[in-house]
Amino acid sequence: MAENQRILVCAGTGCASSGALPIIDILKEEIKRQGLEGTVSVVGTGCQGFCEKGPTLVIEPQHILYTRVTAEDVAEIVAQDIIKGERVERLLLLDQETQKPVSLLSDIRFFAKQHRIVLQNCGVIDPKKIEDYTARDGYQGIQKALKEMSPEEVLEEVKKSGLRGRGGAGFPTGMKWGFCRQTPSDKKYIICNADEGDPGAFMDRSVLEGDPHSVIEGMLIGAYAIGADEGYVYCRAEYPLAIKHLEIAIKQAQEAGYLGDNILGSGFNFHLKVFAGAGAFVCGEETALMASIEGKRGMPRVRPPFPAVSGLWGKPTNINNVETWSNIPHILRNGAEWYGQFGTEKSKGTKIFALTGKVNNTGLVEVPMGTTLREIIFDIGGGIQNGKAFKAVQIGGPSGGCLPESMLDLAVDYDTLTQAGAMVGSGGLVIMDETTCMVDIARYFLNFSKKESCGKCTPCREGTTRMYEILDRITKGEGKEEDLDTLENLALTIKETSLCGLGQFAPSPILATLKYFRHEYEAHIRDHKCPAHNCTALLSYTIDVEKCKMCSLCAKNCPVNCITGDKKTNTPYVINEDACIKCGTCLEKCKFGAVSRA
Amino acid sequence: MEWLTITIDGREVSVPKGTTVLDACRMNNIPIPTLCHAPELTSAGACRLCVVQIEGMRNLPPSCVTQAAQGMKVETQNPKVRNARKTILELLVANHPLDCMTCQKMGDCSLAEYAYEYGVTGEIYQGEKRNLPIDNGNPFILRDPNKCITCGKCIKACSEIQGKSILDFSFRGFDTQVGPAFNLPYNESDCDFCGSCVSVCPVGALVEKQMVGKGRPWEVSKVQTTCPFCGVGCNFDLNVKDGKVIGVTSNPNAPVNGKALCVKGRFGMDMIYSENRVTTPLIRKDGVLVPADWDEALDLIATKLGEIKKTYGPNSIAALSSAHCTNEENYLMQKFMRAVIGTNNIDHCART
Repeated sequence: MAENQRILVCAGTGCASSGALPIIDILKEEIKRQGLEGTVSVVGTGCQGFCEKGPTLVIEPQHILYTRVTAEDVAEIVAQDIIKGERVERLLLLDQETQKPVSLLSDIRFFAKQHRIVLQNCGVIDPKKIEDYTARDGYQGIQKALKEMSPEEVLEEVKKSGLRGRGGAGFPTGMKWGFCRQTPSDKKYIICNADEGDPGAFMDRSVLEGDPHSVIEGMLIGAYAIGADEGYVYCRAEYPLAIKHLEIAIKQAQEAGYLGDNILGSGFNFHLKVFAGAGAFVCGEETALMASIEGKRGMPRVRPPFPAVSGLWGKPTNINNVETWSNIPHILRNGAEWYGQFGTEKSKGTKIFALTGKVNNTGLVEVPMGTTLREIIFDIGGGIQNGKAFKAVQIGGPSGGCLPESMLDLAVDYDTLTQAGAMVGSGGLVIMDETTCMVDIARYFLNFSKKESCGKCTPCREGTTRMYEILDRITKGEGKEEDLDTLENLALTIKETSLCGLGQFAPSPILATLKYFRHEYEAHIRDHKCPAHNCTALLSYTIDVEKCKMCSLCAKNCPVNCITGDKKTNTPYVINEDACIKCGTCLEKCKFGAVSRA
Repeated sequence: MEWLTITIDGREVSVPKGTTVLDACRMNNIPIPTLCHAPELTSAGACRLCVVQIEGMRNLPPSCVTQAAQGMKVETQNPKVRNARKTILELLVANHPLDCMTCQKMGDCSLAEYAYEYGVTGEIYQGEKRNLPIDNGNPFILRDPNKCITCGKCIKACSEIQGKSILDFSFRGFDTQVGPAFNLPYNESDCDFCGSCVSVCPVGALVEKQMVGKGRPWEVSKVQTTCPFCGVGCNFDLNVKDGKVIGVTSNPNAPVNGKALCVKGRFGMDMIYSENRVTTPLIRKDGVLVPADWDEALDLIATKLGEIKKTYGPNSIAALSSAHCTNEENYLMQKFMRAVIGTNNIDHCART
């Protein structure tokens, strides 16, 4: 048995919801029962990233990963792996190609191609313990800044690193800090935007849950460089665990002297508060976010003035998102040059993507900027579920675009994706297969945008609803030939005239699908067919009389009793199309392939 | 003052630094449609109807909140700009009742004016429409939220002119509404009924209730006058049809008050035709008030005041003047008391 083993159980939201929390307690009891308390410790960590296979646990120092662990597996893991040093094979991951169990993290494709900088502590440390963070060089960055560097030098270092805002727009972070630093004022604020709201995005939540001190340290460094003495983390209230871990971390940082007055004897003061959002997606927009902190209705306002000039309570304010702040300690600790070796010329560093949808390995993926979509989806993500064909990837959430297979070799960086009609955005990657209808996907995202529109400017308030209505009509087979022109004109007008990013990018899913999947729209409108067989209103089910064996399985399973026939009278089964709800049960149940869908 | 040179639709113009593109256009008689802009209110940049194309700028910026800059090249009427404005108007009209024939605002409605100018049909984006109850529970303001285009000017007028902040947005997106907190009707809110909201509404969502059905804008002549209710000296326009005052509207050029008025000035002019109004002096004879002419009344007052002064001295007489009077009238009253009667016993109802 190896000495000083640690069993790291993922207790992030994904694994917690699939039952990780009781496993931690049972594991601790089992270790105690076996008398191993002195040599083996059990740690509940933040997200380890491999949500698809959760609950996951890692045994250190050997880097052994067990997946889909249940409470019943605990005794076996302790008896066989911890005590005997032999792997519990049935809980290991199967390599997708070789179909052989792989145990070492470095051999698992999902992890092997990743390069974890921001996520390096996630899933490795106990996020509720500051000493776990400091043991991995935590708070070294702020110490270096306060003891060895002037605020100007810190700012220069961040500028030199080439870091760009990870919230979506990709604005150079150092330049943004510089604007706020330049504005003369007796009071300045910095804000961490943790109002992550894109469907399918959960990278910021995982960082806050799994490594909250890295965000605090990043903000400390930023506050020092900018000259701010007060900060807020604006975190959506739907992230209770992130808020809890942040509050614990803030308290610990205060006690350790990293937050408060005269930090580490330097004379630098910084106070940090957590502010829970009230549920509006638009509050991720910086001016709406500040209005929300001020107790006003979360509505964006026109810029200029930019927050760097007049932000929270009219004071110069600098806002960055969670992942941006979390990059900062690494840049300070290791230097801008070190950071610059990752990524492309204009997009430096790594980016975390939340891989979801019809992909085998859903989870959190951190890769250097410039990695291709194909590498992310197929090498790391393990390709499409159930052997189906890839159709599209939605990148950048409801503000991003859907890219087709022909774009899979695009390097993921800010400029390349924008050119292609998508955006890095916050980093959500929703993978779609051949069964996904692209018109319906556009409809789905527009439904989201129209519900989240704040209602301030005309194009977004009225236009998102109208775009949704047109798409809804098309998916129901009620589309008209002129709808595509109307939709395109409306989408372009909304993009060009809306007040904030929500409205300006709400048409993106439409514009991208019209660009790459126009034939699907045309099939809905002209042929009244959904090529993906997804839009129920356009489906029709029929039973082939020749193939029907009159077994009655279809009729018995039909939830609306719309299939009739009789073997005794030799009457083959037929579907009453008027009553059919197109659920597809008959197709699934028929053993003779007599039911067809068109 | 620093001046900037900018080019608008190929024409070079000079404007002072700090001018918005919208003001630069309007100073030079270049028309730009606006719905949410009012010179006396801070700009929200919300309706997006005033968009223009500016060389080197992303998208179509709203001119009302874009500062003019040296060398800026602005296009206000090119096909792209006009198409964007038309689309925005189509969107507004699609969610607006088309009962213009019976709408009080007909003839003075900005939405109708621009819809006409841009050839809007209202047919392209037919779909869901608002269907909200009309707020008719007070005697002064008729509020039809279905006609509201959520430009937000009433909200700003309430907070920036009247300082009451009764109105704000509620709900979100397509369901956004404007009104008092908790969706209360006006009469259950803390509203002063100053009517500033009505004075800035570009459509028929907020109208003067007293004037409904009384006259169309083109039938009405507007007579600027000074409010008789108090001595502040607010100006407004009496709306006169067939020789009869049917109501009051703000005159934006009023030197003292701009568009602001109080409830009495804006909604109290029906007192002109009140049957209870005293129109001649009345003299009490044998316990009964009898109408008299001015000469008789003034003679009586002069005689009585003279007698009292002679018998009991000037300090036995006091005068209370009224806030209804102008400053000049009040000045004359105190002069009369001090110089003619010989007392300092002069006071004014608004003093305490």
